[in-house]
Amino acid sequence: MANTPNYSWPPMNTRKVMGTRPKRVDGPVKSSGRAKYSSDLNFNGMLYGAYLTSPHAHARVKSVDTSAAEKADGVQSVYVIAAGGAEVQWQGAEIAAVAALTEEQARDAVRLIKVDYEVLPHNVLDADLAKVAAPFAQKAGERLQGDPDKAFTEAEVVSEGQYGIPVVTHCCLEPHGQVIQWQGSGDASQIQAWPSTQDVTSYAGDLGQHLKVPATNIKVKMDYVGGGFGSKFSPDAWAVAGANLSQKAGGRPVKLWLDRATEQLMAGNRPSLFAKVKVAGKKDGTITGWQGETWGSGGVTGLTMPNNVPYVFDIPNSRRNHTSVRVNGGPSRAWRAPGNQQASYITCAAIEDFAAKAGLDPIDVFAKNLGYAPAARRDTYGLQLTKAAELADWKKLWHPRGQSGPGPIKRGLGLGIATWQGAGHASQCRTIINPDGSVRVEIDTQDLGTGTRTIILQVVAETLGLPMSQIQLLIGSSDLPRDGASGGSTTVGGVSTSSRRSSVNALAKLFEVVAPDLGVQPDQLEATDGQIRVTGTPGKSLTWAAACKKLGTASISEMGIFTARGDAAGMTTGGVCGVQIADVSVDVETGVVKMNRYTAVQDCGLIINPRLAESVVYGAVIMGIGTALFEERSMDQQTGKMLNPDMEFYKLAGIADVGEIQVHLDIREENDKRGVIGLGEPPAVPICGAIGNAVANAIGVRVPNIPMTPDHVLNALEGRA
Amino acid sequence: MSSQKDPEHTGKPKRGFSRRGFMRGVGLGSGALGTSLLEREAVAAPPPAKVVGPGPVAITLKINGKPVNLKVEPRVTLSDALRNHLDLTGAKRVCDRGTCGACTVMMAGKTVYSCSVLAIDAQGKEIETIEGIGSPEKLHPVSAAFWNNDGQQCGYCTPGFVMASKGFLEEHANPTVEDFKRGLGGNLCRCGTYMGVKAAVLEAAKTLAPAVGGKKNG
Repeated sequence: MANTPNYSWPPMNTRKVMGTRPKRVDGPVKSSGRAKYSSDLNFNGMLYGAYLTSPHAHARVKSVDTSAAEKADGVQSVYVIAAGGAEVQWQGAEIAAVAALTEEQARDAVRLIKVDYEVLPHNVLDADLAKVAAPFAQKAGERLQGDPDKAFTEAEVVSEGQYGIPVVTHCCLEPHGQVIQWQGSGDASQIQAWPSTQDVTSYAGDLGQHLKVPATNIKVKMDYVGGGFGSKFSPDAWAVAGANLSQKAGGRPVKLWLDRATEQLMAGNRPSLFAKVKVAGKKDGTITGWQGETWGSGGVTGLTMPNNVPYVFDIPNSRRNHTSVRVNGGPSRAWRAPGNQQASYITCAAIEDFAAKAGLDPIDVFAKNLGYAPAARRDTYGLQLTKAAELADWKKLWHPRGQSGPGPIKRGLGLGIATWQGAGHASQCRTIINPDGSVRVEIDTQDLGTGTRTIILQVVAETLGLPMSQIQLLIGSSDLPRDGASGGSTTVGGVSTSSRRSSVNALAKLFEVVAPDLGVQPDQLEATDGQIRVTGTPGKSLTWAAACKKLGTASISEMGIFTARGDAAGMTTGGVCGVQIADVSVDVETGVVKMNRYTAVQDCGLIINPRLAESVVYGAVIMGIGTALFEERSMDQQTGKMLNPDMEFYKLAGIADVGEIQVHLDIREENDKRGVIGLGEPPAVPICGAIGNAVANAIGVRVPNIPMTPDHVLNALEGRA
Repeated sequence: MSSQKDPEHTGKPKRGFSRRGFMRGVGLGSGALGTSLLEREAVAAPPPAKVVGPGPVAITLKINGKPVNLKVEPRVTLSDALRNHLDLTGAKRVCDRGTCGACTVMMAGKTVYSCSVLAIDAQGKEIETIEGIGSPEKLHPVSAAFWNNDGQQCGYCTPGFVMASKGFLEEHANPTVEDFKRGLGGNLCRCGTYMGVKAAVLEAAKTLAPAVGGKKNG
């Protein structure tokens, strides 16, 4: 090619496929139950694995006796994960695994494994620092900015509050695990894994390091993943255990998936964060000082000092202290905007309390202090506060805190905010155009249900001027060009950029071949409506099929490479804000909080498929409503055990719990020019803040700790919080 | 929240799945329940229970209109029989104890949580799984409605939701949103697709209305 290809997105008003609302392309196979998730796979000769996990929150394994298990019916292999001498630091930690001919045999066999434990002291408490034994709570830093003492001395209004957000679990419906087969040994090993992962790209390399097998000898395949939310990146101990069970059983494939209890105990949770906050300010709502003590836990490693509290607002005079609490619970994992829900909740609650103390409307107080927000976001937040207030009927429905009128049902409104990056990750994609006109796109990404398959096809169809149905897309295999982990809302920006580039490159090759036939230079051609034609000249054209036929026997195969090191060229950027408003009713006799209506105003960039983008925002809000109203990992200090490692007492929101939800995506040319920005995480941030504030607004007192369950609400009403 | 499939809770479906009914049914000979309940059931049920197992027993299930022979231990649930023995993996194993609805199938014309039915107890009953009601190429109207309204993301809960919706709509021809919020309260989604699910059920209700025409709501 003579010139640098022009990869930039076609102008918004000329797009034919991007920006439209096609249904998700894997909808039929999912809706008919035919989508084969890795946990659905059955192979000839496949063995079933089962796990033995620690019943203790903290213990030293003195000995593991597997002799009875090895002799049990159907058992083909046994693998010890925590041998004598090992220390286990949470209930549910892996001790050993068994592979047997049937699942029932495997489960029976693990019960025959005899483990002798020396039980060690544990801590599972984090909410109440006073109750945490000294060795488990460690001061973890102080940060001082400006002169907070002066700010509090001179303040016209000082508010004070306590807030907390507990550990919640990811509770992916498809548990963690994999089917895995390890044949041979050492460098002669051949490993095939069928995992449930958010990161097909790195899986082989990670697993290879654990197993000391070259990554080139490991193949990974995954067509569908049943939820991840940040908890399914690395291959994890169960992949190592499963692989070893397979090898020991002569290379038969082993299906090893966590049962629900184990899933809840150790396969993903979000760290807690609690805070005591004082806010200083003026009567007009200007905030001048922040004093915050935070504490929380992400497991046995505690929790480092969060650097984002207060959230978004960089308050000039502040003192921040943090205590790291170590709990003997399953380790935390990334959760859909890690650290942001906690920071947003504490900040938005403290500002709402300040507004209530000052007798002001919180929308005005948030707006008044936007000068503390990052300069690039201020205007957008301002517009969003106005838009969200309008959509939520704020002017009509909001009332000063507690002035909810007579009767036991109190209605209230509250708001929360979000920020996130979401620029695309490094990504490589291949587009193949064959002489018969068929097109294949190859990329090793995964579709978490966000619609990744669909939006790649929209980008390629737009680029090649073809219908989506004419393009074959392969994803989810280690044989394909490298994309990256689906985390940080980086997937859509990455895959759209690389698939656009590979398709532009492939098309340029096709133009070179057919240009002589049309009597023009390649750069005078365009692909549109299934034709290759001289730009703007419908009469001078070849059909797609006729053009491809000119390739003779040689297919075109072109890569599109995006390194994410300054080479985005405007195709993908990061940096979005969001404002959300909850409208709730609280029964002050029962403490039950009911969602009336929820409003999510979401900043965005170029939206490839508004239908799927809206679904992602709805989903983030609904997941957030679950965490705000119901979800909490409940721990018992006496035994060190989780009391609700299940789905009947660990409650997710159901269809009747979520109320009405309205989503406003700010799709317009000005935003479109920012390029593609990921949306998986930002709308998942503000919900606890919005709902917590709405409850306070309704009942007149702050309910400090999420979730807004009847006991928390009634305790706050009775002054017991 | 949580399951509202029990008619004693909803006051709606007259012959729907009930935990109490399930307990009565499975109490005989399953060995899975507390002795006091078994003793009481024994008084109420004079003929002695047929004892099978504990090893694998040959059973015949009628699935999607066809008899299928398999050998399973008596403790194997219907969902595990479908998934592990018959490669019918539309029904998912998620909570494995009757909370989330991902394993929903139809048995004798009623929706059941297949994780909470023993395979041996499912003998002699018509079992309909999602594989029996359509294909990707020829979607059942309820499946099509879930696709049309984006009532799915990761899709792991979708087959259970489709079966639960189908079962619900067969008994409630013209449901209001309030009706099916209760009727589908026994199915959980983690991606948060309930807005799409609501729209899907409303669409499916309209599509199916002629087929179930005469029946009144409730």
